[in-house]
Amino acid sequence: MQLQYFLLIAAALFCIGVFGLVTSRNAVRVLMSIELMLNAVNLNLMAFSNYVDPKEIKGQVFSTFIIAIAAAEAAVGLAIVLAIYRNRDTVDMEQFNLLKW
Amino acid sequence: MNLAEGVQIVSFGILAAAVLISALGVVLLKNVVYSAFLLGGCFISMAGLYFLLNADFVAAAQVLVYVGAINVLILFAIMLVNKQEEYAVVKGAGVRQVATALVCLGLFALLGTMVVSTPWAISSVTPAGDGSIVTIGIHFFTDFLLPFELVSVLLLIALVGAIVLARREFVPENLSPSGEDEALMLPERPREMVSSRDDK
Repeated sequence: MQLQYFLLIAAALFCIGVFGLVTSRNAVRVLMSIELMLNAVNLNLMAFSNYVDPKEIKGQVFSTFIIAIAAAEAAVGLAIVLAIYRNRDTVDMEQFNLLKW
Repeated sequence: MNLAEGVQIVSFGILAAAVLISALGVVLLKNVVYSAFLLGGCFISMAGLYFLLNADFVAAAQVLVYVGAINVLILFAIMLVNKQEEYAVVKGAGVRQVATALVCLGLFALLGTMVVSTPWAISSVTPAGDGSIVTIGIHFFTDFLLPFELVSVLLLIALVGAIVLARREFVPENLSPSGEDEALMLPERPREMVSSRDDK
């Protein structure tokens, strides 16, 4: 029964991240919610690696790659937020609506 | 149930509660600095969960990279864009939040049903507990070699891109003393420069 507990925690964390992503008005909080979702996926992979593939642990290798990619994406995302703040003087997501029809 | 299993169950309960409560704090609190610190707490609790899953290397990497680098980067960004403004009221924001919460609860119900009703093929091989870093190293240099090299190139590309995006385009228009002061000030936090000379 242990594997299901970890998968449920990961599913709950992912749903909390989706809620934060959709409803946040602060752009930095949106990036934090994306990091929560990536962590949920990581926990999923690590749980499967421990219970289904305990000798070859390929899930842990995948999780390490995801950690590296999350770092790269956080750096680029925050640079974009900083550039937007310099031009628009706000980080309110409701104001970034140029692509709305 | 012996002592080891009891310790495992209790620590799993505490860490899972810490992860979920800090994640809820990240998305629900008004103050974004509190959210950033609770995000760090969430990452540390995730590292604890990785230790429960026989993954010591990935737990250490999680603390080093996520808490030490990503969380600090998020805090720097919050310090730079920390403008105290009241957001303009948007019509229907409450309805939007309730609808999103319902959709997320539905998604969780769907995932939870799938998790508890699938017969997972649990393996009974002994896990590679302390030898996990040796096994990960072997994977990085044999069958996961190409992704390993590509990740290093991707990190370089991402950091160069972040620097290009976030740098200031400073073109000196005039050479007056006030123009020179412009170069030393951050455009996000304008403030008085402290003089280092004695004003006698």
